[in-house]
Amino acid sequence: MNIVVCVKEIPDPEIPASAFRLDPESKRAILPGGRKLVISDYDERAVEAALKIKDSLDSKITVLSLGRESAQDIIRHCLAMGCDEGILLSDPLFDDSDSFATAFVLAEAIKRKGEFDLILCGRQEGEWDAGQVGSGIAELLGIPSVTTVVNIEIRGGRVVMERLLWDGHEIVEVPLPALATVSSEIGEPRYPTFRKVREASKKEIPVWTSQEITPAKPQNRLLSLFIPSHGEGKCEFIEETSPEGKATRLAMTLREAKLI
Amino acid sequence: MDRNMDRSEVVIVGELEEGKIASITAELLTVGRTLADELNATLSTVFVGNQISPEVASEAISLGGDKVYIIDTPLFKDYLTDTYVAALESLDREVKPGILLLGHTTLGRDLAPSLAFRLKTGLTTDCVELSIDAETGCLRKTKPVYGGNAWATYVCDAGHPHMATLRAKVIPPLKRDASRKGEVVHFDPQLDEATARVKVIDRVREEMPGARLEGANIIVCGGRGIGSPEGFKQLEELARILNGAVGCTRIPSDNKWVPASYQIGLTGKVVSPSLYIGMALSGASQHLAGISGNTTIVAVNKDPEANIFSRAHYGVIDDYQKVLPALIEECRQLRSSGSPGGDDKLEE
Ligand SMILES: Cc1cc2nc3c(=O)[nH]c(=O)nc-3n(C[C@H](O)[C@H](O)[C@H](O)COP(=O)(O)OP(=O)(O)OC[C@H]3O[C@@H](n4cnc5c(N)ncnc54)[C@H](O)[C@@H]3O)c2cc1C
Ligand SMILES: Nc1ncnc2c1ncn2[C@@H]1O[C@H](COP(=O)(O)O)[C@@H](O)[C@H]1O
Repeated sequence: MNIVVCVKEIPDPEIPASAFRLDPESKRAILPGGRKLVISDYDERAVEAALKIKDSLDSKITVLSLGRESAQDIIRHCLAMGCDEGILLSDPLFDDSDSFATAFVLAEAIKRKGEFDLILCGRQEGEWDAGQVGSGIAELLGIPSVTTVVNIEIRGGRVVMERLLWDGHEIVEVPLPALATVSSEIGEPRYPTFRKVREASKKEIPVWTSQEITPAKPQNRLLSLFIPSHGEGKCEFIEETSPEGKATRLAMTLREAKLI
Repeated sequence: MDRNMDRSEVVIVGELEEGKIASITAELLTVGRTLADELNATLSTVFVGNQISPEVASEAISLGGDKVYIIDTPLFKDYLTDTYVAALESLDREVKPGILLLGHTTLGRDLAPSLAFRLKTGLTTDCVELSIDAETGCLRKTKPVYGGNAWATYVCDAGHPHMATLRAKVIPPLKRDASRKGEVVHFDPQLDEATARVKVIDRVREEMPGARLEGANIIVCGGRGIGSPEGFKQLEELARILNGAVGCTRIPSDNKWVPASYQIGLTGKVVSPSLYIGMALSGASQHLAGISGNTTIVAVNKDPEANIFSRAHYGVIDDYQKVLPALIEECRQLRSSGSPGGDDKLEE
């Protein structure tokens, strides 16, 4: 089975709101001092989903990332987790890609790579929170897509996936080639072993530029990026000596406010 | 809008819930009405399904619409990406809408991206504000990015229609006006079974105890610090006493302590209770993105530095395991002595 996983590097999504800053020039977040970009966490789950397949079925996993030079680091992390090869798609002409242009470049790279059976993406990356590049790649390649997938099973040529619904889940049968976007319920990503980290650090990661892949014109234009005001709520702390005392005071306070 | 006479409709993809118009569709009709008025355009709603009740169309009109398209054959009984994309692609060819809006729901999250790429146009998902850009006449689409730490405003100046999905519960629905008149058009995209490449084998609905999360007036929400399914049983007990519902952050859902449908936030549900009690959760921006409007937030966390306290109205700094049993007892006693203000207005 040939599996392609698309991963993106993003500022750590767990940066507390109080430390979050924007650069108005580049219209991007500024990384707080010393922080590095990280692999978007649903994408890491997509890698885990691919590795779960590889655990039981002979497979080759290729990792693709469109990003800056630094995205090599997350590709290497995926190799250390157990993926087989990685390709970095990097060119100043790719820099201002919106979801449309990103999906286009990724789809072109997948075509250029050749054979594939299954493409895995995260359900959504943590920078623009768009949740559309996966479905976009599938449309551009003319293959079916299944979103918010939490389990993938391959039983004798049949691929069965479980996906989330708002009030439950559904089980679907998917013909290959296909694309799936993965949700976090698929399971925790595995840790790379020390040996794998060493091996991965020595692997060659080819870089494809606009020489290899024609960039696409974005559809959407970013007009402005700003930090919204949440009207900082002033928190009234319930002060009592014992936890039981706090519980009683809290209940009383909420009753007085006619909330319970 | 783009001085193109063809593109004189604003189209909303409607959703039904138990056969009735879903609240997100009413919210979309409110936004759609404003946009259509500004553009002098027709506001249409399309319903795709099977055996859609005729009241649905008149309801959409009384909620602000001018026109309703009904796409109703057995093929559309259940939602499938392929059939719904093909049906709407076909409607787009016929109607050529200037603007196409969906809800940021289970359906919209799946359907809108595929449809946008099929139509070769730019989509912005999870919008919280939609307006017409005075300069270009394009749809201005504002959405939270970076997990909600920032907002971004986009326009699409390449393809058509201009597409967006709207986050639930950011816009109050219009009052019904049963005297409004409109047009109902039945549309058949002439598709067959072969359109659906992915087949559904089974759909499983999860029963949630107590009130429904989306409509609940009080929500008791647990995070990573709850630690186990047993911990959630206690939260359920509190929710039951308060006539509320239980929610969770992403961690309990990932760990399968509770079903994924309990999750609140960016990738979960948007809720707007009057009271939200968050226990043993840090208040990540992606989680808070799921709490809308005028909600009073109570936080119980043992870490005084937790981000949730910067958004909470009432805070308790302590171990939830020590606070919760006493809180359950206290609420049980308060509730048995009647509802606040003597009436039962909190009972839904
Ligand atoms: C693209 C993207 C989308 C996401 N979407 C969502 C989403 O929709 N919903 C969502 O919830 N998350 C979402 N997340 C994840 C989010 O970023 C956080 O990781 C998550 O919300 C953290 O959950 P938590 O607060 O339960 O856990 P933590 O952040 O680990 O916080 C646990 C808290 O519990 C406290 N605690 C521990 N034990 C106790 C105790 N005994 N008593 C009292 N307090 C205790 C700790 O002090 C700590 O503050 C998303 C992330 C990304 C990148
Ligand atoms: N620059 C990128 N490089 C590789 N994969 C990406 C990139 N952007 C998005 N993706 C993939 O598409 C998914 C959805 O992204 P988005 O639509 O931007 O939320 C991500 O979770 C990734 O799997």
